[in-house]
Amino acid sequence: MTRMSAERCHRIRFTLNGEAVDRTCEPRMLLTDFIRHEIGATGTHVGCEHGVCGACTVAIDGRPARACLTLALQVEGCEVRTVESLADRQGRLGVLQSAFRRHYALQCGFCTPGILVSLDALFARHPEANETEIRDVLTGHLCRCTGYAPIIRAALEAAADLRGKASREAVDA
Amino acid sequence: MKPAAFDYVRAESLDEALEVLRNEGSDARIIAGGQSLMPILNMRLAKPRVLVDIMRLEELRKIEPRRGRIAVGAAVRQAELLEWPSLDRELNLLSLTLPWTGHVQTRSRGTICGSIAHADPSAELPLALLALGGEIVLRSAKKRRRVAARDFFRGVMTTDRNDDELIEAVEFPATDGGRCGFREVARRHGDFAIVACAAVAIDHRVRLAVGGVADMPVAREFDVLEGSALDDALNGFAWDLDARDDFHATARYRRDLVRMIGRELIAEVTR
Repeated sequence: MTRMSAERCHRIRFTLNGEAVDRTCEPRMLLTDFIRHEIGATGTHVGCEHGVCGACTVAIDGRPARACLTLALQVEGCEVRTVESLADRQGRLGVLQSAFRRHYALQCGFCTPGILVSLDALFARHPEANETEIRDVLTGHLCRCTGYAPIIRAALEAAADLRGKASREAVDA
Repeated sequence: MKPAAFDYVRAESLDEALEVLRNEGSDARIIAGGQSLMPILNMRLAKPRVLVDIMRLEELRKIEPRRGRIAVGAAVRQAELLEWPSLDRELNLLSLTLPWTGHVQTRSRGTICGSIAHADPSAELPLALLALGGEIVLRSAKKRRRVAARDFFRGVMTTDRNDDELIEAVEFPATDGGRCGFREVARRHGDFAIVACAAVAIDHRVRLAVGGVADMPVAREFDVLEGSALDDALNGFAWDLDARDDFHATARYRRDLVRMIGRELIAEVTR
């Protein structure tokens, strides 16, 4: 049996936004703190730290999850995606991010990374997601300034854009 | 809001996990999806000396029909049960209830058995297990035992589980397309319930279970299913639940919800 002692750092390996991570951490380190403080990827925000606000949402093996309710050691071998994966390497915004910008779906931006990750995971699994499903996903996020209406408008437009893009690619192929 | 330090065991066999529990009892905690345990650790309401992660144990990842029951292993996530192809047919109460259990972002990690072990009085899964008359399969290094849901929940986040035991599986009697209903009132969809009710039609009776009111989910069977006699029976049930005022709602409002939702659900499942 491998018992990882509280006082020591232990090896942790997973994939973050397509790149291999091979580092060490204490057992009690939260995935939020590992991503922000050890890796330095600060796109994932920390709000309530008890799973209510949704600001820290990341995708673990394709499903949206609270990084503040996940220990870094729990994602050993998993594929983790954060908001940083949505723009391309040149920093050009992704389809979902562009729609948020067009529809003013953010003001302070604090809740935005979590919402983007949840919606991105939704559209990857269910490209046909409708407004009801989008609203259901948004119940897992608190936004206190923008208001949800523009967020829903942006999400619906992004979903339509993504479906259009997918069908164009199918025709081109 | 960071957990106190603990050792971490990534169990490679069930025996290994049981061994830690046998040696360290209440100083050890099982972690599965972590969606109930992690908030408690972050707020330092608990400071276990060791966490035992059971999510790598393939033997606990099964959803299997067994003699008219559906056994759900300790490592089955809520999202996985919700996507189980036979759910609508075999466990239609859970296809009504699971979408109300947390949010998509917590169901992706949280397990069925973890919610049962946590035993929050407002949680939907303990309510559904009680409404169906299910059982909890407990396992220690010494033995395996089964406890009926009605005997398992003892109080607020208090259960019949001993410190050296873990929940190996829970078993839901298959509803087989039988009539079930579920309603909930909460601040937001996905939040813990102010009042949640589940009803199951059994022959000419209805078992109605209520969560969010008493210290644990409570079920009662009704054989008079209409008229003022039903109103009286529901009123008696609402008062017996010993509702209290809290931040979310008054006791009176909760009793009102039990009477109204109870009546609607009984009508729905006997229609």
